[in-house]
Amino acid sequence: MNIVVLVKQVPDSSSERTLHESDKTVDRDSASLVINEMDEYAIEEALKVKEAHGGEVTVLTMGPDKATESIRKALSMGPDKAVHVNDPALHGSCALVTSKVLAKALSTLEWDLVIAGAESTDGQVSALPAMLAERLGVAQLTGARKLTVEGSALTVERQTDDGYQVVQAATPAIVSVWDTINEPRYPSFKGIMQAKSKPVTTLTLADLGISPDEAGLGAATSEVVEAAPRPPKQAGVKIPDEGDGGVKLAEFLAAGKFV
Amino acid sequence: MAEVLVLVEHDNGVVKKVTGELLTAARALGEPSAVVLGAAGSAATASARLAEFGAEKIYAGESADIDGYVVAPKAEVLARLVRDLAPAAVLVAATSEGKEVAGRLAVKTESGLLTDVTSIDADGTAGQTIFAGGMLVKSRVRTGTPIYAVRPNAITAVPATGAASRQDIEVSVSDSARAATVTERVVEARGSRPELAEASIVVSGGRGVGSADNFKIIESLADSLGAAVGASRAATDSGFYPHQFQVGQTGKTVSPQLYVACGISGAIQHRAGMQTSKTIVAVNKDPEAPIFELADFGIVGDLFAVVPQATDEINRRKA
Ligand SMILES: Cc1cc2nc3c(=O)[nH]c(=O)nc-3n(C[C@H](O)[C@H](O)[C@H](O)COP(=O)(O)OP(=O)(O)OC[C@H]3O[C@@H](n4cnc5c(N)ncnc54)[C@H](O)[C@@H]3O)c2cc1C
Repeated sequence: MNIVVLVKQVPDSSSERTLHESDKTVDRDSASLVINEMDEYAIEEALKVKEAHGGEVTVLTMGPDKATESIRKALSMGPDKAVHVNDPALHGSCALVTSKVLAKALSTLEWDLVIAGAESTDGQVSALPAMLAERLGVAQLTGARKLTVEGSALTVERQTDDGYQVVQAATPAIVSVWDTINEPRYPSFKGIMQAKSKPVTTLTLADLGISPDEAGLGAATSEVVEAAPRPPKQAGVKIPDEGDGGVKLAEFLAAGKFV
Repeated sequence: MAEVLVLVEHDNGVVKKVTGELLTAARALGEPSAVVLGAAGSAATASARLAEFGAEKIYAGESADIDGYVVAPKAEVLARLVRDLAPAAVLVAATSEGKEVAGRLAVKTESGLLTDVTSIDADGTAGQTIFAGGMLVKSRVRTGTPIYAVRPNAITAVPATGAASRQDIEVSVSDSARAATVTERVVEARGSRPELAEASIVVSGGRGVGSADNFKIIESLADSLGAAVGASRAATDSGFYPHQFQVGQTGKTVSPQLYVACGISGAIQHRAGMQTSKTIVAVNKDPEAPIFELADFGIVGDLFAVVPQATDEINRRKA
C-alpha cells in the first residue's frame, strides 16, 4: 500500500500569530514554524499502515524554502521520501488553488491512499481533504478517529457531532484524521540521522503544468480586506474563595439573568 | 431580489438552530431559499420552521442517497442548483461536514469559499475570526458564487415570514459521489441536555475535575442552568468525558451567552473553541491560570467546594 501524507508547515499555534501588514497573508517570517499538529497524526497513521501492509510512505508538502525544515522533521519520524512543491508564485494561494496544485502533484505520484490532518491550525478551512477527493474523483474518508485496512478495503470511523459513522470504501481514497486516532511517535536519533539523506524531490508550478497566474495571491478566490487583533477583553473580577465562592458565583449568574 | 441558497442543517427534518441564523444572515444578501437534503419526509417536517425565518422557497431533495454516502451527494445536488439558479450566494453551517460540502461545492463551481464566518454585510463582505479567535478579519470572495460557512451561534436568528413554497428537486448521484458508503451511524448519548454547539450556556470541566465520576459535579451545575456539558482535551483524553464533548481547536467551537470553565487552565487550543463566548466564568485553584485572562468573573478556589455550592444556591434561587 503506497501512501502519500500531506504535511503543512504552520506558525506554532502556541506562539503569537499575525498577518502581513501589506498583503494580509499569514506572517511566516516572525513566527516559529512547526509541522501542523494534526499532520503528525497523519504521518503516524501512514507509518502504522505501512508497518502492517508494506509499501512506501511519501511526504507531500506545498510551501516556501523554509518548509524544508518541516519536511526533514516529518521524514525523521519514518517516511521514505518527500516531494516539495515550491514556487514563489504560490505565495498567498487560497484553499481552492492549493487543492488544485496538490491534486496535480498527487497525479504525478503513485499511491493507494492519501492521509492528511483533518484541519490546519492556521487556515482552519478544514476543507482541503474534501476538495482533493472532489478533484481526484476518489473516495472521501475524512474526519477519521479509526482506520482499518484489509487488502484494498478501507473502513473508518468518521467523527460526527453526536458520535461517529462507519464508512467504507476501496482504494484509492483520501483519509483525513483527528488527533483521537493514535499517539504520534517521537523521532529516534537514528531517524533524525537517516532523514538527512532521504530523497526530497522539488516540483515547481512549471513541472506541474500550472501557469503562475493561476496561482498565488493574484489568483486567490477570496481576499482579506481588513484585519485587526481582537480587542483585549476588559479585565474581569477575580476573587478568592473564602467559603462563599459558590454563592458569589451564583449571585453573579443571577445578576446576569442566567439563573 | 437575488436568490440566496441556504443548506438546512436538520435531523430527519427537525431543523437545527443554526439554520435560523443562516436564513437571517442570508436576508442581508437577498431572498433566502432553503435547501433541504435528506430522507423522504424531511422537507415536510422542516417547512414550518423554515417559513418562520423567512425562507421564500424550499428546494426539497429527498433520497436515501443523501445520507448513504459521505458528503459528495450533497455537494452534487447543490452544485446543480447553483448552475440552474445562479444564486447570489450559498450559505452552509460551519460544522465539519458543512465545511466539507462547501469545499467540494467550491471546486465544482470554481467559487471562493469563506469559512468560520461570524457576520455577513449587505455588500457580501464577511467577518471571520482567525488564529484561535485572536484576530478579526473582513474578507470577500472574488470568484464565482460566494460560499459562506457560517459559525453556529455567531449570528442572532431573527424571525421573518417567508412563503416557504416547496419545489422538489431531483437527486441523481454520480458513481464517484458513491465512493464512500456510510454503513452505520452511532449516536453517543448526551441525554436531555442541549446540543453543545447550539447551547446558550455551556459548563465545562477539565483535568482538575479528576475523574469520570467527579464529572457529575459539572453535570449538576449544567443541569441547574439548563446548560450543555463540555470538556477540555485533558479531560477527554483521560477518559473523564466522551470525546464529542471536547471544546477547542480539535473539538467543538462554542459561542454561548455563558461559558463556565471549571478546572481548566485555558491553553490556547482550548481558548480556540470558546474565546468568543459572551460571558466567561472560571473556577480554578491556581490564581495564575491563563483562563482568568479571559474570565469576566473568576473564583480562585477548589472546584469541589465552589461548584456544588454554586449548584445548590442556583437550585435554591430557582425553587
Ligand atoms: C494539536 C493540539 C490540539 C489540541 N486541541 C485541544 C482542544 O480541542 N481542546 C482542549 O481543551 N485542549 C486541546 N489541546 C490541549 C491543550 O494544549 C491543553 O493541554 C488542554 O486544554 C489542557 O486541559 P486542562 O485545562 O483541562 O488541563 P490542565 O492544563 O492540566 O489544567 C488543569 C487546571 O485545573 C486546575 N485544577 C486542578 N485541580 C483543581 C481543583 N480541585 N479545583 C480547581 N481547579 C483545579 C489547575 O490549576 C489547572 O489550571 C490541544 C493540544 C494540541 C497539541
